[in-house]
Amino acid sequence: MTKHCRFQISEDNDILCLHFIGAWTTHNKGCPLPSVEDVPLSSAKTLHFNTEKLSSWDSRLLVTLGKIIEGAYKRGIAVDESDLPEGVRNLLKLTRKKVLTPPKTAGEPGIFHRIGLQSIVFFDHAQQHLTFTGKILLGYMRLYSGRARFLKRDLSYFLYNCGPMALPIVTLIAFLVGFTLAFIGAVQLEMFGASIFVANLVGLTMVREMGPMMAAVIMAGRTGASFAAQLGTMQVNEEIDALETMGLNSFDFLVLPRMTALVLMMPLLAVWADFIGILGGFFIGVFSLDISPALYYEQTVTGIKLNHFLVGIIKSLFFGYIVAFCGCIKGLSCGRSADAVGKSTTSAVVSSIVFIVIADASFTFFFNLVGI
Amino acid sequence: MQEQQPLIEVQNLTMAYGDFVLQRDLTFSIAKGSIFTIMGESGCGKSTLLRHLTGLKKPAAGNILFSGVDFWQNSHKERIEVLKRCGVLYQSGALWSSMSIGENVALPLRQFTKLSQAEINDLVELKLGLVGLKGFADFLPAAISGGMRKRAGLARAIALDPEILFFDEPSAGLDPISSSMLDELILELRDSLGATVVIVTHELPSIFTLADNSIFLDTETRTMLTTGNPKILATESDSIKVRQFLNRNDPLSV
Repeated sequence: MTKHCRFQISEDNDILCLHFIGAWTTHNKGCPLPSVEDVPLSSAKTLHFNTEKLSSWDSRLLVTLGKIIEGAYKRGIAVDESDLPEGVRNLLKLTRKKVLTPPKTAGEPGIFHRIGLQSIVFFDHAQQHLTFTGKILLGYMRLYSGRARFLKRDLSYFLYNCGPMALPIVTLIAFLVGFTLAFIGAVQLEMFGASIFVANLVGLTMVREMGPMMAAVIMAGRTGASFAAQLGTMQVNEEIDALETMGLNSFDFLVLPRMTALVLMMPLLAVWADFIGILGGFFIGVFSLDISPALYYEQTVTGIKLNHFLVGIIKSLFFGYIVAFCGCIKGLSCGRSADAVGKSTTSAVVSSIVFIVIADASFTFFFNLVGI
Repeated sequence: MQEQQPLIEVQNLTMAYGDFVLQRDLTFSIAKGSIFTIMGESGCGKSTLLRHLTGLKKPAAGNILFSGVDFWQNSHKERIEVLKRCGVLYQSGALWSSMSIGENVALPLRQFTKLSQAEINDLVELKLGLVGLKGFADFLPAAISGGMRKRAGLARAIALDPEILFFDEPSAGLDPISSSMLDELILELRDSLGATVVIVTHELPSIFTLADNSIFLDTETRTMLTTGNPKILATESDSIKVRQFLNRNDPLSV
């Protein structure tokens, strides 16, 4: 069997005959294929094929033949396919059977067109967020009047998932944050002989800023992402449609338990993170700065007022709302493919974190203004 | 009669999930160039058998031989070589949703052949033409209908000109016209490409148009009831169940 594939051309009066020789297969990488341009189509009136020396063929032969025949038709040359193997003829026939015509798609949009499209998308999103906020309000009003339906089991599952299940990771991160804060603070404060104020630095930062913030960021990555992925997959599987057609309000059924659980659990996680962070600072204070445990404790307790805790708790309530909001809205507006689920999960986490940071900055500014 | 070696042989196959045995002692062979259907009630393990034949699941016991070579005795690399000879069309197409139709078909060609980009594009256009989707290469799977997605899945399955084509419920979710068109397409591809076709289905019209050979799996006895040409089985099978299945009889009326 010849490993090479090539064709020979013989001409007899007006008849041009193509002889296909060798193995015309996709896997025959031994030689480059002869190109279609080599066929002098202009001189002939009829095109014949000869496949006596063709040892094997697959789609590669079809592609070449398809091009040659198309070229011949364009030049008004008659094509005689009768000498081709039967399979080849059938497949060629199949490719010509046009079943569906693709709809016309618009070409690449220009720069202004794209700016316009992006602006529309932006305003659509803004409107979507507003609508969702309204829906949440209405949902909680229904819940308050006892008309919202969801499974109690769902709520307790999400409470468990957003609370106790998140403790290990929150503990680890909060401890390390407190630890790092104390280290950096110690280096600076030691220069002034004010090492003892490490306790105030760590305590205040944890309680007002880092506790709520770190808890929220962890929950965005952990729970917000899982909300988006879960709801997105439900969208793909038409599970949400199934709820709707059954007469259940999919919003109440899916969003309310998730949001309630996260908003309730976030402050608890934040307070837990506060204490663990302070403990991290305590370790550095006691073992690295040689501050006596009692003194460190005393300094922390006098340094932090209840106000500061309240600031952190108010923030973390909002953070919980933001994370649940982003997770649910992205999940519910997910497209119907695996790719779309990936995109909505990513966008849930990214937008949660962006909104958390923006909200945190606004809160800090506001509390500073009113002097809390 | 000349005895040709069957392309796929299954010997005493037992399929199980953990301790739960789905089917046991399946023995049948699939001849080269034939169209073989796997029939049975819902939940009897048809799709699981397909997963075994396509190398996705390892048999709990028994052997699966491709051209006389035991699939699971092969090294990983040899197994991949066997799988390259197979094309699979999944129930809902299983197109990769992040790629366009054209990229879906091109991926196996890009990975497993050394063709140039231009040649690959030509091949993709040819395969899409074969399934009646010429010009749809740039569409994303989400933008076309379920039936078209199935066709596109078929174009991807035949991208590498496979020797064996597996179909999981090809007509599920298709209207009768599209489904008979798909059946015709399967026949034409078999005749022209010379491929062997294995179909999981319980659509009687498809079974009778396509199959030269079949196997019938039973849920109750957890094994195969019979194997043979369904046209003959419909009248001559010893098993009442098989006759009922193929004649659409109410179990009570027999």
